[in-house]
Amino acid sequence: MEIVAFYLFAFLTIAMFCTTVLTNNALYALSSLAAGMIFISAFYFLLDAEFLGVVQIVVYTGAVMALYAFGMMFFDTIAEVKEDIKNPRLVFILSGGIALLIVVILTAPIVSNNILVSHPISMEYGNNVKEVGIVLFTKYLVPFELAAVMLLVAMIGGVILAGKKMDISITQMSEDEIDKLSSSADITKDKK
Amino acid sequence: MENLLYIALFAPLVGSIFAAFFANYPKKLITGLFTSAMLGLSMIASLVLLSWVITGNVVHVRMLDWIVIGNLNVPFGFVVDQVSATMMVVVTIVSTMVHIHSIGYMDSDKSFNRFFSYLSAFVFSMMILVMSDNFAGLFIGWEGVGLCSWLLIGFWYHKEDKPLVKDLYNSPFSTLSPHSSISPAFAANEAFITNRVADLAMLVGMFLIYWNLGSLQYDEVFANISSLNTSTVVAIAIFLFIGAMGKSAQFPFNQWLANAMEGPTPVSALIHAATMVTAGVYLVIRANEIYTVVPEVGAFIAGLGAFVAMFAASQALVATNMKKIIAFSTLSQLGYMFVAAGLGAYWVALFHLATHAFFKSVLFLGAGNVMHAMNDEINIKKMGGLYKHMPRTGLIMILASIALAGIFPFAGFFSKDLILEVAFGSGSYIIWSVLWITAGLTAFYSFRLIMYVFFGKEKYHEYGYHPHETYGFVIAAMAPLAILSIVAGWTQAGFTNMVTSILPPLNVHVDNATLWMLIIVTTAIVLVGIGFAVFKHKKDEAYFGEALKNRFCYKLLANQYYMPLFFEKVVLKPYLAISRFSWKEIDLKIVDTIVDAIAKTIYTTGNESRVMQTRNLSTALRWMAFGLLVLLILAILLVSNN
Amino acid sequence: MMLNDYLILSSILFCIGLIGVIRRKNLLMLFFASEIMLNAVNVGLAAISKFHGDLDGQMFAFFIIAVAASEVAIGLGLLIMTYKRKNSLSLDNLQSMGG
Repeated sequence: MEIVAFYLFAFLTIAMFCTTVLTNNALYALSSLAAGMIFISAFYFLLDAEFLGVVQIVVYTGAVMALYAFGMMFFDTIAEVKEDIKNPRLVFILSGGIALLIVVILTAPIVSNNILVSHPISMEYGNNVKEVGIVLFTKYLVPFELAAVMLLVAMIGGVILAGKKMDISITQMSEDEIDKLSSSADITKDKK
Repeated sequence: MENLLYIALFAPLVGSIFAAFFANYPKKLITGLFTSAMLGLSMIASLVLLSWVITGNVVHVRMLDWIVIGNLNVPFGFVVDQVSATMMVVVTIVSTMVHIHSIGYMDSDKSFNRFFSYLSAFVFSMMILVMSDNFAGLFIGWEGVGLCSWLLIGFWYHKEDKPLVKDLYNSPFSTLSPHSSISPAFAANEAFITNRVADLAMLVGMFLIYWNLGSLQYDEVFANISSLNTSTVVAIAIFLFIGAMGKSAQFPFNQWLANAMEGPTPVSALIHAATMVTAGVYLVIRANEIYTVVPEVGAFIAGLGAFVAMFAASQALVATNMKKIIAFSTLSQLGYMFVAAGLGAYWVALFHLATHAFFKSVLFLGAGNVMHAMNDEINIKKMGGLYKHMPRTGLIMILASIALAGIFPFAGFFSKDLILEVAFGSGSYIIWSVLWITAGLTAFYSFRLIMYVFFGKEKYHEYGYHPHETYGFVIAAMAPLAILSIVAGWTQAGFTNMVTSILPPLNVHVDNATLWMLIIVTTAIVLVGIGFAVFKHKKDEAYFGEALKNRFCYKLLANQYYMPLFFEKVVLKPYLAISRFSWKEIDLKIVDTIVDAIAKTIYTTGNESRVMQTRNLSTALRWMAFGLLVLLILAILLVSNN
Repeated sequence: MMLNDYLILSSILFCIGLIGVIRRKNLLMLFFASEIMLNAVNVGLAAISKFHGDLDGQMFAFFIIAVAASEVAIGLGLLIMTYKRKNSLSLDNLQSMGG
């Protein structure tokens, strides 16, 4: 049962990602990327990592894909993307070579049988979410806090990078000035 | 006593450094006076040390450790024993007189200060040479005198090279021309390079000593030398002697001595009469314990010495270059000293060294006076009748020539006759006869020089010279040397007593009758030589008729047996060709090409790799993927090798 | 399922992402491809974590997701500023640092 699920989802994921990489149509690329993300989360469920799977759906498919979609709307890239690619053969040779080599390495008996883990954390709860919670707040507490700070910084950065007219602070002005602002904006609009 | 040793050793150095500060300034009299005073101090210290040593004491100090590496332990040590004290006294007396003379001789030269600095540095090196108590210190002094000799011979380095013409009266290779050599710079290089070639042999000798005996100190070496096998000792003796040959200009290293007359005359007086050229004899005397073990090397030394004595004396017969005549005479007397040392009579060689230093240096100083008066003219045939204008110089030179010829009771008689006696008594009759004939020749050419310069018609008027006697203080400086060349021989008994406590005593015994016969025979030939010189000059004003002048033997002697021509053609020209070939073909084409190729490779690879640096992100990503591929291949290869 | 299979799947997905990164000239498409690469790595980490009974892999994957999210935010912001200046998203127009 598991094998079937694995191969099915593997095939689907590869197909979706190939579409993302090879198509000329931006909309197709975005959609197939989103679908691929969902299928990846299926793998997580197969691997008994339920928490990770849910996080994948919520964060990746929900937030990140939405961001990309809004970005595409902004850039007018619904149209066909004209790309001028020199030397496609080189690309495939390089990537194919790398893929082949990695597969060879990983199937080599030396590597695959000798991967050992030092200090494994194995819990006996059987409930993945509970385990993740405990580990996250004991062993990985400091990275957790740092990740929170990083997300905060990224959010502020995102706002500053994309915002317009950030030098005036409307909340600190009186009513009259706000009216003046909007009227001057109207005047400029009329002139146009 | 050690303080006196250090004063005697370092006073000339102090003088030299003091004069060196003024090297780039015009003449300052204080440099001459200060250096002469320092040397006078050194002379007094040496005389006091001599008086101390006569009573049988030896002063031995160890100043500093110099090389202490593993088993090699070479200190700076100095010893004043009987031999050193004699050499020190001779060197300092002659040097002091030469310094005072130079104040007068060099008074119109613009490099006055530099001259005194070099001269005192030379005396310092010579003192290190004679006072050192190990072979390494000797070698330092050896090289130091070589260097200072180069500096002093090439003192007028700005004089340019003379062309090599074939004319007998103008070629720089002939003794009849006004040039002593191609140029002072050439003569200096020749002297230094010849010395260096011989020094290589001396170094090999020193290495052999150290290798076999483990030490370079004289006392340790001489105590153990008889424990080595004979062939090693023969090798050591030969190599050390080759070093001595370079310094003392024995054949075939003799070319530089005659050519060194390009330097100022006081230099010739100090270096090429009394001190540097005697360093070789000093080495053989000091290492006498090595040479007594291998008497066959001694026989070779004696034979070579006799050959050189005759070789040099024959060239002096026809020369008209005044300083060259005196130089040949020095070379000849050095041959005498080596005969004595080779036959085992080391203290006789030392005695002759001392007496020769006195009369030869004063001969050179007198020649300097004559040259100064005649505006640096050097051809004796252009002078004549100078005795009335320069009586004191003339008198001193006549006295020195009598001493050189070896007439009783002058100093030369005692030392030269001793050598002849040693030669006869040890059974080497060939050597005795060669030396006997040379004694006659020596007397002849010395007085030929005196007659041509001081007596006869005054030929210098047509050249416009106005001779005058030199300064009073210069004559006063020459006077002690002249007096010593008269009386030094009378100290023979005391000298023998002092020196034979270190050197082996004379072991040839000639009975009284034979001794008197030898003395009479020698004096006879000397008087014949002097008589021929004096009377032929009075009669003819010339010695060799015109017919003789075109003969081959005259040309042979005048061209110094064609030896300089031989060196020029056979040694110098091919060496220059080899050097040029090595430079052009090997150095430029091979070595430089390799070095340039390395640089060019780096530059070219850098230039070609520039293509990687496009501004394009895609290209950069492609390169990254390529690098990843390479790393993976490497990983697989490395793992599969294990 | 064997660990090998998951790892091979992860490497194939990684190489697909690599193809995309090298091949694409549109900056937005480039970002898509880098997302693929990140996800591939996540799968690999989760697989190893399961098969050795260790939770470290899943934690690492979790933090990678966090980082990827913030990367997207900043990346898009910078992309907007570049677009405002040059009015085009092609990679070949970004060549101002010469070599």
